[in-house]
Amino acid sequence: MSRQLTPLWEVFIRSRNGLAHKHVGSLHAADATMALQAARDVYTRRGEGLSIWVVPSTAIVASDPVDKDMLFEPTGTKIYRHPSFYEVPEDVGHM
Amino acid sequence: MYTQALNAADKQQDARPEDAERAARFQARVDAEERIEANDWMPEAYRRTLIRQISQHAHSEIVGMLPEGNWIRRAPSLRRKAALLAKVQDEGGHGLYLYAAAETLGAAREDLVDQLLSGRAKYSSIFNYPTLTWADIGAIGWLVDGAAIMNQIPLCRCSYGPYARAMVRICKEESFHQRQGYEIMLTLSRGSEEQRAMAQDALNRWWWPCLMMFGPPDSASQHSDTSTMWKIKRFSNDELRQKFVDATVPQGHFLGLTFPDPTLHYDEANGHWVFGEINWEEFRQVLAGNGPCNRERLAARRQAHEDGAWVREAAMAYAAKRKARPMREAA
Repeated sequence: MSRQLTPLWEVFIRSRNGLAHKHVGSLHAADATMALQAARDVYTRRGEGLSIWVVPSTAIVASDPVDKDMLFEPTGTKIYRHPSFYEVPEDVGHM
Repeated sequence: MYTQALNAADKQQDARPEDAERAARFQARVDAEERIEANDWMPEAYRRTLIRQISQHAHSEIVGMLPEGNWIRRAPSLRRKAALLAKVQDEGGHGLYLYAAAETLGAAREDLVDQLLSGRAKYSSIFNYPTLTWADIGAIGWLVDGAAIMNQIPLCRCSYGPYARAMVRICKEESFHQRQGYEIMLTLSRGSEEQRAMAQDALNRWWWPCLMMFGPPDSASQHSDTSTMWKIKRFSNDELRQKFVDATVPQGHFLGLTFPDPTLHYDEANGHWVFGEINWEEFRQVLAGNGPCNRERLAARRQAHEDGAWVREAAMAYAAKRKARPMREAA
């Protein structure tokens, strides 16, 4: 038996105009055309999407969960990046 | 459609000493209701348990297409046929989501499918029962999918993120399955005397196997403990079974049908429907491969896999040829 694995693709769908494509899952397909067709059949059976992206899973570069603290912890103390850090008198109204 | 508590204890041990500390940190995350993601460290036994459970769940979806597929060409109307076709398509999709979730744990889909076809992997016992009449399609949607939903809703909060997310999607789609099944039962039970008898016969045959879908009783189940600790499992087999019975019995009475259990009665004191003894020997026999349709189901899967081999090979050969073409031609 030949041991040839069918490539894995990640599927992204834009649900409505104006919203970003969102990851919905993955599937196997021999090439990009078949991946798009399969994504349509599997992930948009109930009008979920207006647009589909398929990306070879191997093309995705991900951060390592081990680096989580190094990457994201520093923003925890930078509360001045949020609007609520600044005090504006109520008389000024909504800002 | 459904995963079964096919509770086989995991015998392998995590040997490496440095894992103790990581395991403690892992458990703390699980206890804090954090989701574990594909690249996170996890105990090997957790990984193995999930691969087994998710792949068996996926196999169940795929094999579950067979009993219903049996009736697509014989559906009594175009409306029923379209609905059944859509339902069977959904089951295929559910199998795909679940295989994909299992693959995030490092298993290859090809290997998982091999395990099913070679008979090494289990799938839900319920699909080894035959669909003899059209009413069985109603009973499957109402009861089998109803039991599946009961089991799957808590899995939406499973500690493993990719599995939980697949389950959210699946549960949304299952709701249509159950409603279409109940509508079939309702139509038959309000129809002619023969139709009503057909609905009753289907309920008689599917009721007990559906109760078995929740797996062995808590007193006999060996590996729920670790699954509960890891928050893969949120409720015990018996708890889910009772929930299902409590939800389903009034629905059956609304249809004007009776349940094939003379001891079934409502306990005013605790607010539950009390049901009779389940035939666990039958359950063991079906799981061991001796159900009415085990051989037929696996033979159908193997045939489909072999018949599709040339398509997979041709698609891969075509993709390879296109890749090999000079760039300017592709542009």
